[in-house]
Amino acid sequence: MTQPLPMAGTPANTNLAGLVKNDYRGNPSTLCQGCGHNSISNQIVSAMYELNVVPEHVIKFSGIGCSSKSPTYFLNRSFGFNSLHGRMPSIATGALFGDQTLKGLGVSGDGDTASIGMGQFKHIVRRNVNMVYIVENNGVYGLTKGQFSATAEKGLSLKHQGANQYMPVDICMEALVSNATFIARSFAGNPKQVKELIKAAMAHKGIAVLDIISPCVTFNNQDNAYHSYSWGKDHEEPLHDISYIAPRSEIILEKEMAEGEVREVAMHDGSVIVLKNLEKDYNPTDRFEAIRVLAEAQANNWLATGLIYIETDKPSLTELSNLVDTPLNRLAEAELRPAPEMIDKINALMF
Amino acid sequence: MDKVVNDFSITVGTKNGSGSSTANNTILRAIFKMGIPVSGKNLFPSNIQGLPTWYTIRANKDGFTARREEQEIVIAMNPDSFARDLASVAPGGAFYYADDIKQPITRADIAVYPLPVKQIVRSDPNVPSDFRDLVGNMVYVGALAQMIGLDIEKIRAALEFHFKGKQKPIDMNLNTVRAGAEWAKANLEKKDPFYLEAMNKTDGLIMADGNTAGALGSIFGGLQFAAWYPITPASSLAEALNDYLPTLRPREDGKHTYAVVQAEDELAAIGMAIGAGWSGLRSMTSTSGPGLSLMTEFAGLAYYAEVPVVVWDVQRIGPSTGLPTRTSQGDLSFVNFIGHGDSHSVILLPGGVDECFEFGWRAFDVAEQLQTPVFVLSDLDMGMNQWMSKPFEYPSTPMQRGKVLWEKDLEELKGNWGRYLDKDGDGIPYRTVPGNQHPLSSYFTRGTGHDENARYTEDSAMWVKNMDRLKKKYETARKYVPAPVLYAKPGATVGILGFGSTEEAILEAVHQLDTQHGIPADFLRVRALPFTQEVTDFINKYDQVFVVEMNRDGQMNQILSIEYPEKAPNFRSVAYGDGMPASARWIREGILAKYTTPAKSNGRTKSKATPSAVRTPSEKTAAKKISDSKMKTMKPLRKISGKK
Repeated sequence: MTQPLPMAGTPANTNLAGLVKNDYRGNPSTLCQGCGHNSISNQIVSAMYELNVVPEHVIKFSGIGCSSKSPTYFLNRSFGFNSLHGRMPSIATGALFGDQTLKGLGVSGDGDTASIGMGQFKHIVRRNVNMVYIVENNGVYGLTKGQFSATAEKGLSLKHQGANQYMPVDICMEALVSNATFIARSFAGNPKQVKELIKAAMAHKGIAVLDIISPCVTFNNQDNAYHSYSWGKDHEEPLHDISYIAPRSEIILEKEMAEGEVREVAMHDGSVIVLKNLEKDYNPTDRFEAIRVLAEAQANNWLATGLIYIETDKPSLTELSNLVDTPLNRLAEAELRPAPEMIDKINALMF
Repeated sequence: MDKVVNDFSITVGTKNGSGSSTANNTILRAIFKMGIPVSGKNLFPSNIQGLPTWYTIRANKDGFTARREEQEIVIAMNPDSFARDLASVAPGGAFYYADDIKQPITRADIAVYPLPVKQIVRSDPNVPSDFRDLVGNMVYVGALAQMIGLDIEKIRAALEFHFKGKQKPIDMNLNTVRAGAEWAKANLEKKDPFYLEAMNKTDGLIMADGNTAGALGSIFGGLQFAAWYPITPASSLAEALNDYLPTLRPREDGKHTYAVVQAEDELAAIGMAIGAGWSGLRSMTSTSGPGLSLMTEFAGLAYYAEVPVVVWDVQRIGPSTGLPTRTSQGDLSFVNFIGHGDSHSVILLPGGVDECFEFGWRAFDVAEQLQTPVFVLSDLDMGMNQWMSKPFEYPSTPMQRGKVLWEKDLEELKGNWGRYLDKDGDGIPYRTVPGNQHPLSSYFTRGTGHDENARYTEDSAMWVKNMDRLKKKYETARKYVPAPVLYAKPGATVGILGFGSTEEAILEAVHQLDTQHGIPADFLRVRALPFTQEVTDFINKYDQVFVVEMNRDGQMNQILSIEYPEKAPNFRSVAYGDGMPASARWIREGILAKYTTPAKSNGRTKSKATPSAVRTPSEKTAAKKISDSKMKTMKPLRKISGKK
């Protein structure tokens, strides 16, 4: 598809696609005030605007859950499919065959991806479907009012649920062992990093998994969380720049993180997560390094952030499928239905 | 002893995985090539190797090819099923067996022919030792050739087809056939009356299985995307897509106009198919009952979000894993209302291999025109067995893509459209597909409540309005689905209603009811749900409508009773499901058990007719056969004519 060029007399804030930022917006969010997901939606809008993406060249996908509602809040001019719980990958896999020139942009949650949708997640990753796969990860089920997800940390307590007894799923590690070709992690409160990683993911051909820690302001709010503020204080040695943000407002890092920096971030309830930006000399094309960094982060109870792994020479699923140049959904009958004489040939092939 | 010519059944008992299918298909095809109407049904276990398996062939000069319970010729190659096989021979029948099976022959009322299978195969130096068991099956083919008159030249034709012209296996197998025939000629004395004689009743017909036909039909329907997950008995449908797509959709640049994806499970298979259908592709998946259970949530989404997709259900018998290798019509009720909440499915019901082909392409037209999932219900018997069939016919109409708006359409409409707006009053809205570059083309698809512009809403009135429109669309569907096939009989006083693979057995039962019991019956083979006007007219005609189907609960009868509650007292359910392909006997007996003699015709009070005794082979020849002139009064004429 050709990109429309900006016309003369267009506003100064028009991008190379001839669009203003408003053209990338969606409907007003119906999520809780202060939800990290809203921040991510805003960064999607900014990234698409800055990348000069034509909204009609993107298909939005989601599953079910708070995160999966968010595609309504950006790119109103893009087609969207809010599918079933845990089944975004299969819908996206099929839909992207319709027109292989389109890019998929999926938003899922930790429940949608790491619990009910783990199987489909692993398979869309191994098929290298050409889409950005964002997991808005808060370790909790918000829409059903506060149950553990598979990424919840062991020992975390929630109202009605008791303490979580199981080890958490590391979405980046799962993506890595399933041979994802782009894996990154960020924090919703680090908008600059989120935006840069979304832009990098959009530029990637194939599956780009973005695990974005996105605090839930409403339900994952117990004082005795595993990564609690006091726990963080007791383990302060490698940590610095602790910022505390009052509840009900979005948690945003006050100062950008430096490469290699480890930072403790307080959640709405006073609990703490620990982010570790990847080192300056970290090589994201080295698979073994990626495994080491993720394992190290797990051992240290921190979350490695940044571009963890990238592999640029693997064909995407539609590339593997050797499709004609014309989008499949624009092919006419003459290209789809075998010619009349073929019926005799086929009958002759039967006994 | 009077000869019995071209009217008997042969069953071969072997071990699963012993390679007998080549031999059995060879017998089937050779009989077909002799011009004798024939059917072959594989009655196999869910097992790769070792369990007993049977193959039953019926040759019938009058064209009745449904499975029969009676077996005049039984060939026992498996010691594990020897006693059962011996007991299954009809009185006066013939029993062939591999003579290395040392078990007592307890029957004196049948002809018994031991075959030195191992000895014959060993005597051929050209058969490598590891091929002996495999090729050994050809010994009974040869013995049959000699004993019943199976034409060796037709056997050669069958082997050439099977081995795709590869001379070495053709020669090796044919030599063993000849050796078996020569041994039988020298050593066996014919003591049974069963013979084959060449006819011309299969001229212009082909042999094929329904899964291959369904796949080919789908390709001629312009299939663009298929996703599937392996399951018996549906796998061969998707595999046939892989086999035939390169031949039928070649391009000079070597690129593809289609994609076939083997998914990780049935959830993903239908999810991908729905995604592709949503983005404007002719999209399908194929599965069987357990897979369909997994697809249920997605089916509801496709119904409510109005996504065209074709789902083939090659039915096997359930519930649960059930009997994975046995046939059934047990998914009808499930599919009719598949999904939670109010939903109602469009279902196509092919009745033979040629219709599997036809509905292969037609299903896409119906799905895209109605923007809804279309389920095609085949079954294991039709899907996996070789059936005689009219040749496949090229689609009679151009592809019907339904109400899709592209850029120029939206320009004309000035972008004024609503995804779920019933502009035409038929319940079918307009849709756009991804890739459309018009800035007002996009919409957000969801399984949640939505208004006419696809926006999220929880408004009660809007919910009801949308659901009512979907109901209207279901009414509209009656105009898009295939009409039933009527086999009318002069003077019919009762109706028989059936669908799918039971057609052959019902036609035979109709003939028996007429000629042996004086009950002329009209037979309507329903080919789709929702019902069309022809079904209503048929049901209104008779006081007794026998609803024949292969399941326990009479699912078609249930659906008819819901659709025509005032006629429900007239419906007589003849339902039976044991996993075996339908036979005329259970249909006939089932009908007779529920038949009421019409009061006005004989003045007597209503009474039940006595079911006839089970027909023995000797009685069979006495049964009147349907004459050609009589067949012509039945319309449409099927399976008898065809051009190649």
